[in-house]
Amino acid sequence: MASLQDRANLVPQSPLAAAWRVFWPLALALVVGVLMQHQVRTNIDAYSSKQILDVGIAIILAVSLTIVNGFTGQFSIGHAGFLAVGGYVAGSITYYGSFALFGSAGATLGTMSGLYGAKEGAAFVTGGEGLFLFALLAGGLVAALLGVVVGLPSLRLRGDYLAIVTLGFGEIVRVLIQQTPQVLMSKDAIAAAKPLAVPLSVGGSLGFGNVPKYTSLFWVYAAVVLTLIFAYRLKQSSTGRAMLSIREDEIAAEAMGVKTTYYKVWGFAIAAFFAGIAGGLYAHTIGISLSPVDAGFQKSFDIIIMVVLGGLGSISGAAIAAAIVTYLPELLRTPDTLMKFAVVGVPMLVIGGALLAMAGKPDQGPGKKRGHDPRAFPRAVIGLGVIITGLSILAFVAKRFGINLSDYRLILFALALIVMMITRPQGLLGVRELWDGALYRPLRDFFTARRHKGGTA
Amino acid sequence: MDTLLQTLKDALTIGSLYALIALGYTMVYGILKFINFAHSDIVVLGGWLSLVIATKLLAWLGVDLAAGGVAAWWVGPVVLTLAMACCGLIGFTIERLAYKPLRGAPRLNVLITAIGVSLLLQNSGQLQFIFGTSPRKIPSLISDATLFSIGDVQVRLLDLVVVGTALALMLALEYLVFHTKIGRAMRAVSYDVRTAGLMGIPVDRVISFTFILGSSLAAAGGFLWALNFSVIKQPADTSWVLLGLKAFVAAVVGGIGNVRGAMLGGLAIGLLEGFGSTYVNPALRDVYVFAALILVLLVKPGGILGKAVVEKV
Repeated sequence: MASLQDRANLVPQSPLAAAWRVFWPLALALVVGVLMQHQVRTNIDAYSSKQILDVGIAIILAVSLTIVNGFTGQFSIGHAGFLAVGGYVAGSITYYGSFALFGSAGATLGTMSGLYGAKEGAAFVTGGEGLFLFALLAGGLVAALLGVVVGLPSLRLRGDYLAIVTLGFGEIVRVLIQQTPQVLMSKDAIAAAKPLAVPLSVGGSLGFGNVPKYTSLFWVYAAVVLTLIFAYRLKQSSTGRAMLSIREDEIAAEAMGVKTTYYKVWGFAIAAFFAGIAGGLYAHTIGISLSPVDAGFQKSFDIIIMVVLGGLGSISGAAIAAAIVTYLPELLRTPDTLMKFAVVGVPMLVIGGALLAMAGKPDQGPGKKRGHDPRAFPRAVIGLGVIITGLSILAFVAKRFGINLSDYRLILFALALIVMMITRPQGLLGVRELWDGALYRPLRDFFTARRHKGGTA
Repeated sequence: MDTLLQTLKDALTIGSLYALIALGYTMVYGILKFINFAHSDIVVLGGWLSLVIATKLLAWLGVDLAAGGVAAWWVGPVVLTLAMACCGLIGFTIERLAYKPLRGAPRLNVLITAIGVSLLLQNSGQLQFIFGTSPRKIPSLISDATLFSIGDVQVRLLDLVVVGTALALMLALEYLVFHTKIGRAMRAVSYDVRTAGLMGIPVDRVISFTFILGSSLAAAGGFLWALNFSVIKQPADTSWVLLGLKAFVAAVVGGIGNVRGAMLGGLAIGLLEGFGSTYVNPALRDVYVFAALILVLLVKPGGILGKAVVEKV
């Protein structure tokens, strides 16, 4: 019998459709990136743009972890190791590559680069940006290779044991990075040193802060768009469904002929690639000094928390949770202005809207009740109300008694996490996606219209 | 020869502390099948509580150790008992409030809750009116004068007390688990929760008891750690996190869920780390531990004393 791929090939696809399929995500990424850089960034202050940038990087990380944790169901708690590897590789390439190509380690910003934008009269695109793009991809690929290495033990290990191995991996990466030479080489030192020793001098335990600062809202959000589209398509594809089958029941999947090890290793590699890209973007951000701690398990936990809060296996859930987890502690730092509260309201409304949109969609989990759940909408509204009222009361009390909430923000955050796990263990969206909701169906049909029109197979 | 003996002494001290802390991880894993990431924070809590209790107690007694000198012999045991009792109570509370509502939930959720509890304890401990963010020195409860020396290796009373207390507590636990009624109940629950419940074992009570036991052992670990190093780092310091992780590695290497395995694993990890850092490269001491973890898991996934779990369809 022909494999799924062979049968998919039988469906005729015009070259134009194929080109469109590759082109529109890239075009969308460029458009979103340019809008973020030239419309959003110019209208907000520096602090907010840094935060929006952090949110973008967190989204890439969370979605990448969703691929391994949420799709294949392999529990990885060393994901920050990939982040650090990608960051260090990319940083090393841009730092030492800039010396080799341009003679100094400074960034040559074009109009799209730099968190605060380039200087007046900067070139539209510069060679430095090309180097940066190359470094990002190289960082991602090295991380992906490591992902294969980390994924291989899944031949023998399952569940918690595999998780522990990934944890050990992250810690080993951290210690090894600490052992790199602490001195960043200058131009003369590079000429004198052995060629192999040069790219390994990445600051050791002191951190690697002198990376040229290319990352901008353009780069981050273009990457976010590509990551989201990739994850979405992966989930729909035969590879993705094989991964999901492993998550549901590994033994059953194997019995049905799914090559479980193959797909698990693929899951690790893909997830590691995107984490590496996120690491590269993180390393080139203004104000960030990449350090070995970034490979530690506390960073990994931050990513896991996003994925679990969003709902395991839900791409959109992970993205929303990434935004909330990154932004909420910052928000508690400055709760006294009402305007900031309006800013909280927006992500809350997004979740509310998502829940509302999903109310019309039957839950397709195994053993779940099918059909419309009449209580979903009121429940979402009540939940939203409780959260916003709670935060307002908190802010009011804090202001009344002169308590500085920023001292307590991490405690509040931890409490929120515990309460969330007890009251809504499946996370914000469960296994569902934003685009599963009825409100989004027209939009989705527009982009995937080809499937309903052409196929006659 | 002296280097060897010195390394052996240090490694055994650290290893016995790892073993003590690993017991808490392994008991919880044996019964609830989840990695209790908040356990290392109970260790921290134990260390800091014993510091606070010791300081308060000495102030109440009107003893000033600032100029040197040692507290009366009974102060140490009193501080240890109080710290263990407090941490046992806190462990009990955490289990009741955070983990009990999640009985039967997916394991990942319990794990995330444990991380939440860990974050909560860490960040509360850092508050200025609780423990603060600067390292402090614990009053000298036990003399650190040299008792006798083998070659150039000096053995202090402190060393003997640290290792001795850890071993005594482990032996007590061994007796409790294998020779008492509650211990048999614990083993039954760990073997099969549902059947144990059907046979009339009060499962919830046994789980609470396990948490009390594990947390008080963790407190003892924190107390001994503080005594051994005399300076106690701030609650969120990386060294604490690493201590917790290594104790956890010890539990896994020995065979998680296995009480004797945890003791063995603790000593093994301590020795590996000690000898590796003395004779190979001190900078890579964490690498040895985690590499050993990966190797053991790959070669014998159940750990040294554990049994590999066969999955049934």
